[in-house]
Amino acid sequence: MLKLQFVPYNEIQDLNSAKRITKLLKIVKDEKIILLEGRLKSSEETELISRTMQEISNKFKGIELSVINPENKDSSDIVHKIKTAFLNMILGNRQGFTIIGPASIVKEIKQDPNKIELLTQEAKR
Amino acid sequence: MVNLFKRLLNRLFKDLFKKKKQVKLGLYGPPNGGKTTLANKLCQDWLGEEMGSVSHLAHETREIQIKEEVTIKSKGKSLTFNLVDTPGIATKIDYEDFLKEGMKEKEAKIRAKEATKGVINAIKWLDDMDAVIVVLDSTKDPYSQVNITIIGNLEARDIPVLLVANKVDLKKSDIKKIQSAFPQYEVIGISAKQGTNVDAFYDALFKLT
Repeated sequence: MLKLQFVPYNEIQDLNSAKRITKLLKIVKDEKIILLEGRLKSSEETELISRTMQEISNKFKGIELSVINPENKDSSDIVHKIKTAFLNMILGNRQGFTIIGPASIVKEIKQDPNKIELLTQEAKR
Repeated sequence: MVNLFKRLLNRLFKDLFKKKKQVKLGLYGPPNGGKTTLANKLCQDWLGEEMGSVSHLAHETREIQIKEEVTIKSKGKSLTFNLVDTPGIATKIDYEDFLKEGMKEKEAKIRAKEATKGVINAIKWLDDMDAVIVVLDSTKDPYSQVNITIIGNLEARDIPVLLVANKVDLKKSDIKKIQSAFPQYEVIGISAKQGTNVDAFYDALFKLT
């Protein structure tokens, strides 16, 4: 059975980067798939990967990670970009969703600009 | 205003390459994209020697490898840098994957442990790079979060990036998909193994600097 845990941005907004990552990794290590509102900073994403690597063991194989961001990457609207950057600075990056799943459960997250496919591992007997 | 800022940054990076004694050019990307094959091609072409071993198995490069003072030349210009080949960045490493490739358990566990350390080191080294070549396997889906995270981090650190779509000699290769995933970057399609289009890659290195 897949367990999905929704994490609203409010739950992490007052935490520093290290505590955010600790919280998210704890949920993933409990074999739950996280649906996080918004996204981490890019430096936090790499820190999440580093911390994941430190914790890899025979039981914990790592994570699958994907960010769904509705923002058009190719947007050339400077005003929109500045507005988004300003809102992100004030409120944190709440746009889109981040999916983080344990690699023992989530085999692959296929990402396309407009859709996302979550492929799960076959249960080992 | 934004253009002015961009020009200022570009000038800063150009000055960096002119004045800094040891410019570090990093090779980054997911495992098995062909970073070491490209490093070997580059070193073979300009130094007459190879840089590291390659394998069809993922995580063959598990330590940072540096080749100092590599000088490439094109159209009367020359460019000297320290080439830094890094382990592939992954979000998961399972020793059982190596068992499936016929490795013994002890050996597979050691390889997995070394690979995790390699990923951590590759991330640590990001800050030290002056410019980065992101090597992607053009037969694979480019929309992986590892690719997006690497490129996002380089952007956040204002490190110049060149995207290389490797393995264009293979039937499943799709450069256009990489171009549409990262439209803000020039993508150079090459086959590091076959030497296809490497001259365009060398020219792009000059533009990068």
